Amino acid sequence: MSGIRPADYPPPFTSAEVLAAPTDPPDERIDVGILIVGGGPGGLACAVRLGQLLEEHPDVRERLGDVPVAVLEKGKQPGSHLLSGAVMNPRAIRKLFAGRIPIEEMPTYGPVHGEAVYLLTKGAALRIPPPPTMMNHGNWIVSISELGRFLAEQAEAGGAMILPETTGQKLLVEHGRVVGVRTGDKGRGKDGEPLANFEPGVDVTAKVTVLAEGTAGHLTTAAIEHFGLHGKNPQIWALGVKEVWKVPRPLHKIVHTLGWPLRKRARYGEFGGSWIYPMGDEHVSLGFVVGLEYADVELSAHDLLQEFKTHRLVRKILQGGERVAWGAKTITEGGLNSVPSRLNAPGLLFVGESAGLVNVPRLKGIHYAVESGRLAAETAFAALGRGEVAGRPGALGSYDEAVRASYMWKELAEVRNMRQAFDKGFFVGGALASAMTVTKGKLPPKELRTHPNADAGLIRTGRAARYPAPDGTLTFDKLSSVFASGNRTRDDQPSHIRVQSQVPRDLAEMWEWMCPAHVYEVGDADGDGTVQVVVNPSNCVQCGAISAKGGRLTPPEGGSGPEYTIT
Amino acid sequence: MKIAVCVKQVPDATVHKRLDPSTHRLDRSGEGTLNATDVNAVEEALRLKEAQGGEVVVVSLGPEKAMDSLRKALAMGADRAVLVSDEGAAGSDLLATGRALAKVLEREEPELVLFGQQSSDADGAVLWASVADRLRRPMVSQVAELTIDGDSLSGKRQTEFGYDVISAPLPAVVAVSDAINEPRYPSLKGIMGAKAKPQEVVSLADLGVDAETVGVAGSRTVVRAVAPPPAKSDQVRIEDDGNAAEKIVEYLAEKRLV
Amino acid sequence: MPGTLVYLESHDGELTKGGLGLLSKAASLGGDVLGAVLGSGVADVAPRAGAFGASTVYVVDDEALAAPLPQPRVDALEAVVRESGAENVLFPASVLAADVAAGLAARLEAGLNWDLTDLRLEGDELVGVRPALGDTVLVDVGWTTTPRLAIVRSGTFDPVESGGTAEVKDVGATFQDFSTLATLVDHLQEESSGPAIEEADVIVAGGRGLGGPEGFSICEDLAAALGGAVAATRAVVDAGWYPYSAQVGQTGKTVSPKLYIALGISGAIQHKVGMQGSGTIVAINKDPNAPIFDFADVGVVGDLTQIAPKLTELLRART
Repeated sequence: MSGIRPADYPPPFTSAEVLAAPTDPPDERIDVGILIVGGGPGGLACAVRLGQLLEEHPDVRERLGDVPVAVLEKGKQPGSHLLSGAVMNPRAIRKLFAGRIPIEEMPTYGPVHGEAVYLLTKGAALRIPPPPTMMNHGNWIVSISELGRFLAEQAEAGGAMILPETTGQKLLVEHGRVVGVRTGDKGRGKDGEPLANFEPGVDVTAKVTVLAEGTAGHLTTAAIEHFGLHGKNPQIWALGVKEVWKVPRPLHKIVHTLGWPLRKRARYGEFGGSWIYPMGDEHVSLGFVVGLEYADVELSAHDLLQEFKTHRLVRKILQGGERVAWGAKTITEGGLNSVPSRLNAPGLLFVGESAGLVNVPRLKGIHYAVESGRLAAETAFAALGRGEVAGRPGALGSYDEAVRASYMWKELAEVRNMRQAFDKGFFVGGALASAMTVTKGKLPPKELRTHPNADAGLIRTGRAARYPAPDGTLTFDKLSSVFASGNRTRDDQPSHIRVQSQVPRDLAEMWEWMCPAHVYEVGDADGDGTVQVVVNPSNCVQCGAISAKGGRLTPPEGGSGPEYTIT
Repeated sequence: MKIAVCVKQVPDATVHKRLDPSTHRLDRSGEGTLNATDVNAVEEALRLKEAQGGEVVVVSLGPEKAMDSLRKALAMGADRAVLVSDEGAAGSDLLATGRALAKVLEREEPELVLFGQQSSDADGAVLWASVADRLRRPMVSQVAELTIDGDSLSGKRQTEFGYDVISAPLPAVVAVSDAINEPRYPSLKGIMGAKAKPQEVVSLADLGVDAETVGVAGSRTVVRAVAPPPAKSDQVRIEDDGNAAEKIVEYLAEKRLV
Repeated sequence: MPGTLVYLESHDGELTKGGLGLLSKAASLGGDVLGAVLGSGVADVAPRAGAFGASTVYVVDDEALAAPLPQPRVDALEAVVRESGAENVLFPASVLAADVAAGLAARLEAGLNWDLTDLRLEGDELVGVRPALGDTVLVDVGWTTTPRLAIVRSGTFDPVESGGTAEVKDVGATFQDFSTLATLVDHLQEESSGPAIEEADVIVAGGRGLGGPEGFSICEDLAAALGGAVAATRAVVDAGWYPYSAQVGQTGKTVSPKLYIALGISGAIQHKVGMQGSGTIVAINKDPNAPIFDFADVGVVGDLTQIAPKLTELLRART
């Protein structure tokens, strides 16, 4: 037991690198009205709402120039980097498309017809009543990747310009105001040298910049640092690994599980569970999520999913089926007390998961992304409509007011201490969670702190011995899973991962187990207890886990990474 | 000089490729991307245009959503896109596709027609030769280097036996290999400007093409059945006991591989 | 079965193996087997086709066919097809043959199937077999009219010398005005540093199991002994052990040589998809659980640094 903490080996990276003044000469900059970074449900809902508002107010649209709304998306197309369970509360998307498109015409897998929660042990599944926070009647099953493609089509139809394969590499700040984003270069070789088809990034300037980067957002993290917007508690994350399977027998209800293969004692810091959702009659989505405060060097979310599938309950569902997709992504778990102290800065708005708006006990975030995206659009529109200089401090303040007045805030307040309660282990945590639920957040009276995931000291328990060997039919290795994610990132480009290159063996091994895409490997020993860290950046599916556990993910060349279609 | 580049949208290489169980043809639903060597052809056209002036038109046969891929060519710098899209053209084989493309090209009258040599879905792997025959123009394929001098071209053609240098007068049809250039990334300005460039969708009727001569009706080949390949016969496993090398040579000799 | 015409190419005064193999295959299917020899000064080459099953060889001998260019061959072959009345026309795959076949398809408004790895008869119908989707499925293809044109993957059928003679018939051809517009100006030989991996019949590929860049000398020696090319996995290219031009796999090149020898390669799917179409796969790896052993034809568990050089020695001794 080394007790080594990843936080003691911070990455060679500073947020200051991410902020810059515009450097392109003015006539080479691209000027847009409102720039949205991130083509997920938050960013696209913002773009859709803006399209609606600008259609009703052509005078405002005039003022926003040739490109009133632009969305930067780092994946090959919107949806390529989107991954979630998911069971969505339809409230926000209904509001967004009220009077225009009914939810029945959106790509979904229908409303939830029944649900079950199980507490698993190795050999058994004990059905327990769903905790009140987990009741999903009235909610709809979706693929967030498919939903993303649908929202992108709607946003484009409303006049937004979607720019795929384009990263937001730097936040452009001038005189204390955010004035836009610099996009990433393309066509650099491994050592950063420009290749024959080198295409430099561009300064994209905008009156309002909306950050909707999702989990572990690159610009978001830097902006929160720079503008001093940290929430009361440090932000924390969980890592989810997901598969989609074609199955011979339809699943008729949504399933959640707790317990096995996670361990209950507080010292392990293993909080999480699984989901299994039907996707129509022929497919199921399943995934395993574990909080990144875990302590075990050998804990691997990917292998936990493989182990989970060997349980009788899951085997039965997957029997005779075939895996058709795989992916991984982190989930922002800090809740209300980790939300940035302000969701706006001069010229800037934070939307969705970038704003920390995820309800972990309810396992819901998509509708917060959509709702906050909508509210951000309304604030930006109102400010620009008034002829405001959005960069004036406070000009975008009505967004914070709107978010705090919304149902999102109320729901998050009720559960604000629930996740942290599980620091005390499964049973104590469970008891506390029940108390919170019954009193709608009034108990306990004291706010519970979160601890940064990277603070967890490492322990060894021989956990890896229990992971199943991949059999290629039910269980799979990481490399063939990366292949199934559609990842075929160009090899000859600079590494986008920032980690220390020489660290204690325990830390390097922890990274090797942690990463679902096998990006990190333990290299040669250096004789003093440390080892080289070998990094394979082209495997990366940009889940964000490294950012929570001692490193820093930055965006690779636009278009790199997975190509999710049904996750 | 007007250059027409014939391009094709193919199913995205990373997406789980499958054959449609009812038609046995490649399932083309879902995302598509420009065939990789077609991008080389577009790049070559753009370089020629930058050196000598003129217009680059991208031409394709496919469903309406193939226009997305044509837009990528526009984002790289092509000037115009023409898509032949018609229900009747679905399921066209080499013969039928060549017929439809030749009609569009006759309409455009370019000095140079470019194709990319390989198709990642192997459906159009020899299209240019058919098109050239219909257009009654000279054709050079496997071109790894291309120069245009006035009204003739010189191409370095790669074969199994080395390089042939071929000369031909324009108008001509050229199929370029992926060795010919390194395609550019579209600039952000290019991507944003692509939407505004002319994009035309034409039907078979617009072209004066008889529906009987394209699509399934106009095709002369059929796909009959699909099967998994026969299981690998007799995998041989050798644990080395000092004789592994000899055993390998024996095996290879038996298979007449050495 | 009515006549099958085989397009025969010659190189350095000899008919190529691919064409002879197709003659033998056509003979095994039955019916009249016909050969077509097109070129300038090729009359001497033609009779050999008789030894491989052809009953008649049509020769078009013309100045216009001197250069290895496809379009005049389309004209010549059209004349032969009409003269012979052949119902099937088979081409052994080559750069030239592909263009000739496709041009002829347009000319005759005939169906063309390519990349075939087998041919068979179902009653009177000719059925072709071709791999698809990266060699992961086999597709049966057919034709709806005659003549049926087919390009067969190189090396599919072995020539079988059955003895026999063929009648040689000279055919005159008229050439279209556009057919002779393209002209051969020069011919350049490849600098022979071994075949490029995309063309090679034999590839020796190295992976992490080589231990370091020096390990590639083992691959190079073995490749030289086999007249093949050297390839590498992404991992070792990333590590700088070998150049990117040799990378085989999902983000490198796709190859399908007759023989692929994998040294110290685990066989992860990212590599597999670049070489799974290879004819015969021999893998040497010290890890008995390496995934490559699931799909290699010959799986050797052992020390490649011992086995591979020994293999090279034995192969050199044979030649």
